[in-house]
Amino acid sequence: MNRFAYVRADSTAAAFRDAADPAARFIAGGTNLLDLMKYDVERPSRLVDISRLPGLDGIEPTASGGLRIGALVTNSRAAVAAEVTEHYPMLASALLAGASPQLRNAATTGGNLLQRTRCMYFYDPATPCNKRQPGSGCGALDGVNRNHAILGASEHCIATHPSDMCVALAALEAVVHVTGPNGDRTIAFADFHRLPGDEPQRDTTLAHSEIITAVELPPQGYAGHSTYLKLRDRHSYAFALVSVAAALALDAGGISTARVALGGVAHKPWRDPQAEALLVGQAPTEAAFRRCADALLHGAQGHGGNDFKIALAHDAIVRALTQAAAGTPQSQTDKRIA
Amino acid sequence: MSAALEVPADRPFRHVGQPRSRVDGRLKVTGGARYAAEFDAPNLLHGVAVPASIARGRIRRIDTEAAVAVPGVVHIYTHGNRPPIPASDQDYQDAVAPPGKPFRPLFNDQILFSGQPVALVVAETLDAATYAASLVRVDAEAEPHETNLERNRFAAYVPPEKRSGIAPPPETRGFPDAAFNVAPVQIRNEYHVESEHHNPMEPHASTAIWEGDGRLTVYDKIQGVMNSHAYITGIFGLDADQVHVLSPFVGGAFGSGLRPQYQLFLAVMATLDLKRSVRVVLSREQMFTIGYRPETINSIALGANADGTLRALKHSAIARTSTFEDYQEVVVNWSNLLYRCENVGLDYKLVKLDTDTPCDMRAPGAPLGVFAIETAMDELAYAVKRDPLELRTQNFADTDEIEGKPFSTRSLREACRQGAEKFGWSGRPFEPRSMREGKELIGWGMATGIWEAMMTPHTARACLTADGKLEVGTATADIGTGTYTMLTQVAADALGLPMEAVTARLGDSRLPKAPVEGGSWTTASAGTAVHLACRKVADTLLGHARRMPGSPFANTSLDHVTFADGRIVLRADPSKAMTLTEVMQAAGVPQVEAEETAEPDPAMKQQFSSYTHSAVFAEVRVDEQLGVVRLTRIVSAVAAGRIVNPKTARSQIIGGVVFGVGMALHEESMLDHRLGRFMNHNLAEYHVPSAADIPDIDVLFVDEVDERLNPLGVKGLGEIGIVGTAAAIGNAIFHATGKRLRHLPMTLERVRG
Ligand SMILES: Cc1cc2nc3c(=O)[nH]c(=O)nc-3n(C[C@H](O)[C@H](O)[C@H](O)COP(=O)(O)OP(=O)(O)OC[C@H]3O[C@@H](n4cnc5c(N)ncnc54)[C@H](O)[C@@H]3O)c2cc1C
Ligand code: SF4
Repeated sequence: MNRFAYVRADSTAAAFRDAADPAARFIAGGTNLLDLMKYDVERPSRLVDISRLPGLDGIEPTASGGLRIGALVTNSRAAVAAEVTEHYPMLASALLAGASPQLRNAATTGGNLLQRTRCMYFYDPATPCNKRQPGSGCGALDGVNRNHAILGASEHCIATHPSDMCVALAALEAVVHVTGPNGDRTIAFADFHRLPGDEPQRDTTLAHSEIITAVELPPQGYAGHSTYLKLRDRHSYAFALVSVAAALALDAGGISTARVALGGVAHKPWRDPQAEALLVGQAPTEAAFRRCADALLHGAQGHGGNDFKIALAHDAIVRALTQAAAGTPQSQTDKRIA
Repeated sequence: MSAALEVPADRPFRHVGQPRSRVDGRLKVTGGARYAAEFDAPNLLHGVAVPASIARGRIRRIDTEAAVAVPGVVHIYTHGNRPPIPASDQDYQDAVAPPGKPFRPLFNDQILFSGQPVALVVAETLDAATYAASLVRVDAEAEPHETNLERNRFAAYVPPEKRSGIAPPPETRGFPDAAFNVAPVQIRNEYHVESEHHNPMEPHASTAIWEGDGRLTVYDKIQGVMNSHAYITGIFGLDADQVHVLSPFVGGAFGSGLRPQYQLFLAVMATLDLKRSVRVVLSREQMFTIGYRPETINSIALGANADGTLRALKHSAIARTSTFEDYQEVVVNWSNLLYRCENVGLDYKLVKLDTDTPCDMRAPGAPLGVFAIETAMDELAYAVKRDPLELRTQNFADTDEIEGKPFSTRSLREACRQGAEKFGWSGRPFEPRSMREGKELIGWGMATGIWEAMMTPHTARACLTADGKLEVGTATADIGTGTYTMLTQVAADALGLPMEAVTARLGDSRLPKAPVEGGSWTTASAGTAVHLACRKVADTLLGHARRMPGSPFANTSLDHVTFADGRIVLRADPSKAMTLTEVMQAAGVPQVEAEETAEPDPAMKQQFSSYTHSAVFAEVRVDEQLGVVRLTRIVSAVAAGRIVNPKTARSQIIGGVVFGVGMALHEESMLDHRLGRFMNHNLAEYHVPSAADIPDIDVLFVDEVDERLNPLGVKGLGEIGIVGTAAAIGNAIFHATGKRLRHLPMTLERVRG
């Protein structure tokens, strides 16, 4: 770990100023950033602590009937807030599927969005990695790539985004609120995370000194027909090999809206509106779900160690949609894959 | 061991055999127990090792310029500027070293494995040292390396020099090939187990305290202080009394602390050179550079009659080792120790690869070989359509066919019977895929486990003072197993004292000699030594009592008296008794002290073989479509001689079973063969089981007392818990799904197939 300065910001204006240096970093819960610093992946000149910024830790209804979750709300709080468990149970479930209780107590909503890939090469400065050190090559491409991407990857990077929460947020079509030296703006969730292309060092479309202030959920939470299914190497405390956030709106004519987002398979939560559209107007049958899965996984490509993910993702999509159609699973904490 | 000192049969144990809470439990949960990295010294310096990042090559240059400039950095050691150290391999041997050339830290410019320490940064603070270490640039010329066992199996060789204490495979008996070829039923497969790292909670650490005048006190994370002591004095040419090694508490080690690890060398080297105290602690990442359970490929061929009786048994294994040491463990012999067969071919080979030398990890060798044979036996059961437990029972060896000796005790059948009953095995449908609930298939599987019951020479001292307090000590370790508690129980019973009157001391090189705590031999050996020393104190006390004027004990020997409730009591007339303090006061002695050595009885070793046994039963639920395995029940029935403390013993077995679950389902140290480097070197990516993965574990102890082995009748149980567990789980997955998995860990993609 390098030596760094530490300042605590008491206003966003102060935070922008303190973080003007491109080597400065905001720190919220620190659960990701400190790990990266210990591995010398991040070597910030200065940590600007934003964890006490006022006004960013509320969970409030919006005028349009949605919900606004402040960037500093911890993953633990969001997971049990009545507004979330009642109206957005899929999000609560995704939050509880992530990390461990201790980590969730510290991890924040904003930090969760910006957590970095768990690619082992990214974490190990003794190895090549284009994301950590552009131009050094991708260690994972022909290496240990069991937890790497099957969709949307490039020859420069095949990393995945590791978040569970973000998969649910993608399916819910959340909006990210940010503020920066040049004012406030909103970013649609689908536009927040990037695909690696030839700039894998850039995970998101956020600018350097911008701060996430909140995540806004639209009114439709699919409370009755949604699920978050996470497949991993142990029953708790492991990142997803594949996860699925699935949400359906059903009416007399069958499925009226479908949302399916995948985690663990790409550089960002993976959605394909065309695949979802295939379900609209259909009865919720396994055959329909399979067609959707086929379309979602169109073009999926393995790299050796992760070849198994393609078929796994297919089965997981079908299962998640089946669960969602049957009604949101009652227990959000039950680790059983029902 | 004189017979007169053995436990009188009619004197029941008060504490031995009873569930007792750990005597050090309070210290541990309140933070009062201090570990190697927690000892302080004035002006303590901090050392951080710099690892090599290539698997093989030569260091051209180590650039320390930027690192030295970090404020607080005192010195940076490399092979180029280190103080003189001996060159001879012999100086670096330790009590547990396998044959070969032990790794000599900072010795020369050679890089032998990725992660090898090539420099040590010493600074006034830990953060200065850590930061400076990250600035050291190692310029090395890489040479071609090989780390892939599968690809290099053609180069497997029989280790020419055998590792001390490790039984090599026996000569072939009968005609295994011919018998296999004509057997009506044949099972032949490969069973592959990936490498694992120990990952104890406490990282390896050494605090070397400069006492002035060339004298050192060293707090080391080690499973035996004598090993560290001999290693340091040997390498650095110090007199025995110049070095005092202490290791009062060890936060888990599982074998990783048997050999002195490189942080000890580095801390002592720097302390002697700088004449200032130095502490070196390994990072979690560096914990992946100090030895591991070696990836092993087993091949098994079983030939059997149509009724499942074994006619041919062939088991060979190929395991990885380093280029510089021939690490060996017992992998294949277990097959024949479990099963009777006339035609047996066992064979064990190594492949030299460019990684660090493997090291003993809980039940070294056994769970690898037992996974193979116990999976193969399950396959045989299905080939001949016999209940897997019945098939095993039919083939169990009742004598040690390898050494041609009877077993001192062998309660394997009883363990199977009791385990099966507790589990409800008789209700098991034979056919795979016959139990289902919702989307989950349910399977029941079992396997047996085996581990050698060993004893090693241990010396212990006992000292009873006039205030009725007893102190016992031996230089063994408590690596979390409960040694302090066990020794306290044994000592209390030997002199009829309450446990509160006893203090057990260990982990100190000035205590009477003991080897490393390992091999499950500590209770049998250290326990016996303490017992013998205490009985000698008892004998002396009785002598004093006899000589008192008008003594009721005149002409008595230890056989005629009992020590209970702090008194010597005449058996023939229990109203005749004296307290121990009365005896000492009357005799005018302030204390009674004795030292005794416990050793295995060579005659008994020649006559008998001794093993611990287990039968493990597992229930799994498998979501076949997704490949998700949920373990729902485990019964582990263990026969391990007398159980000194059922409470800590149960914890040992539970820990062993959890280790086995990790081996079965989760643990794998992943190598990138191009880089020759273990990649998942942290606890987020190296998966040990989490609480959510562990079901109810039901531990049974089968009644067994093996008095041939030692007066306590103890066999030991640190390792047996892991041995059969992975095989039982694999067999349960087969029963659930009909899919046979022969590669550990059985991760989701392997279960999906
Ligand atoms: C062992 C382990 C296991 C884990 N398992 C899982 C898992 O299974 N699933 C899962 O989803 N997650 C998992 N996590 C990740 C965890 O969810 C994230 O580390 C956490 O959400 C990050 O939040 P934080 O507040 O601690 O972020 P920090 O570490 O404080 O910050 C992370 C990044 O975000 C930036 N940042 C933080 N807040 C803001 C803001 N408001 N505006 C702008 N920038 C900001 C920081 O500058 C930094 O770059 C795991 C983490 C660990 C260590
Ligand atoms: S996959 Fe991406 S993060 Fe991983 S090594 Fe390649 S470039 Fe780096």
